[in-house]
Amino acid sequence: MSATANVEGVATPSEPKSNSWTLGLRRAIDRHLPMDHLLPDRQPYYVGSWVYVFGVVTIAALVWVVVSGVVLAFMGPQWWHDSSVGRFFNSLHFWSVQLFFIFMVLHLWGQYFMAGWRHGRAATWLIGVVIFGVSVLTAFTGYLSQQNFDAQFIAINAKDAMNGAGIGAFFNVLNFGQMYGLHIMLLPIGVTILVVAHIVMVRTRGVVKPIDPEGGVRS
Amino acid sequence: MKSMGATQEEYYRGVRMVPYDLVKELAIALGVVAVLGLGLAAFLSSPDVAPVTIATWAQSDPVDFVTTATNELAGTTTSAGYGNPYNTSGEGQSWGPIAPQRWFGTRIPVDSANAFVIEPLQRASVGNTQLSTGLGTWQSAAADQQGKWLDAYSKALANATASDGKVMVADGDYGPLPVMMSNLLGIGQAGGLDGLLVINGRFYQTDYTQPLLFMGDGGYLSGLADQAHLTGSQWGMMNETGSYPGQTWLWLYTMWYQVWPFTSEDGFLGLKAGNADLGIIILMTALTVALGLVPFIPGLRDIPRWLPIHRLIWRRYYAPRKAVRHS
Repeated sequence: MSATANVEGVATPSEPKSNSWTLGLRRAIDRHLPMDHLLPDRQPYYVGSWVYVFGVVTIAALVWVVVSGVVLAFMGPQWWHDSSVGRFFNSLHFWSVQLFFIFMVLHLWGQYFMAGWRHGRAATWLIGVVIFGVSVLTAFTGYLSQQNFDAQFIAINAKDAMNGAGIGAFFNVLNFGQMYGLHIMLLPIGVTILVVAHIVMVRTRGVVKPIDPEGGVRS
Repeated sequence: MKSMGATQEEYYRGVRMVPYDLVKELAIALGVVAVLGLGLAAFLSSPDVAPVTIATWAQSDPVDFVTTATNELAGTTTSAGYGNPYNTSGEGQSWGPIAPQRWFGTRIPVDSANAFVIEPLQRASVGNTQLSTGLGTWQSAAADQQGKWLDAYSKALANATASDGKVMVADGDYGPLPVMMSNLLGIGQAGGLDGLLVINGRFYQTDYTQPLLFMGDGGYLSGLADQAHLTGSQWGMMNETGSYPGQTWLWLYTMWYQVWPFTSEDGFLGLKAGNADLGIIILMTALTVALGLVPFIPGLRDIPRWLPIHRLIWRRYYAPRKAVRHS
């Protein structure tokens, strides 16, 4: 391709070749995820089912999980036992997690029955399953971090599963410090990054078309 | 197979596009979920049953406490014979050549008899002549003699009674064990063991491995858990105290513990109650991988086409088109 540019240096449709990594990244983003794909104001007419809402309410629940979790983490582990305000934020965190899982499972089943992985969207489905798995682990470490009777017995009960599989040698459910650190730092960051990647992949390719009765449901 | 095409524009070519406000939808979702979450939190609160302390255990059930401590010395408790990652006393779980519990060794060493009984008594024996003499007698006795005292005391504890927070057993030759155990019970009831087992020679501490293992060896904590339907045979991994939903997303994982072959002593293909934890983790890992690979698994990926649920979801798309009037 011939390199052309106007006199002001503004890129024309046939942009010059460049060794700049920055320019390369910008062009890749422009090519794969232009703003009108990231934030479209028009959708295919069949995107009118309530099933499409499950994805966005899952994100909304995650936002409240993170917001309430940040407040709890800032105030420290004793707060939600000793103060009524702390108990309320703990309850908000608890129910936001419950709602997050309800909506996520509904979203997962919805996407399954829509065969949402079709037309090159298998990676989006796969990352969704990974998000579900990491979320289960995050919630599990949360239950272990509660510092109440439930946390005690879940730890005693769960250690056998972890130890039997060899995981307990590195992931000690009886160690509050390790579980709390994972719960408020590494795992939520992991879930958030994966959810952002999932959303970007959905917006990059757009929503999948309805199942063609004559067609297949392969990726 | 229909491919995505080079761009969204090509993919949606010929499809009628209608206005859709994603940001507004997200804002409404945030508001609705906030109302739901705040309402549930305000009206239903959340579970927060106070944890059991070693002091509570020693005060509420001194016979169980002393029996557990005696069994720690005898090496017959769960933790004493557990195997890795705590010690090498047990084989650990395996399935054929798959034995990850052994592979990673003793990474969290716990010597139950010393950590839960001898070391706390040594600390308490400063200024306590009766205890230091008893402890000296115990430590200088031959293993055979220790075994005889333990055997006799364990049998006596089976018919022990508690009175004024003390454990009463029939007269017998128990060596220094009654002195040692009454002192340990006293330390436990005063709350000293809670501190000793957590601090473990440090100042800052967040690791509760030792006190939880000790309490897990006794019957008091598991009895309370049984009343709250939290044990493994009661779908305990997904339950929680009170009428709260618990970790319902663990239902499939928990279910395997309730069904054959994981409830059977004989099992199937080597999977049985004895290695249920390992077997179920392997099974759930395989099922999770299969869920992730659904798009590539014939049959599983075809079910959505066979079931008419997608016709309900996209009913506008599948609705019969109205005949176009020709003027």
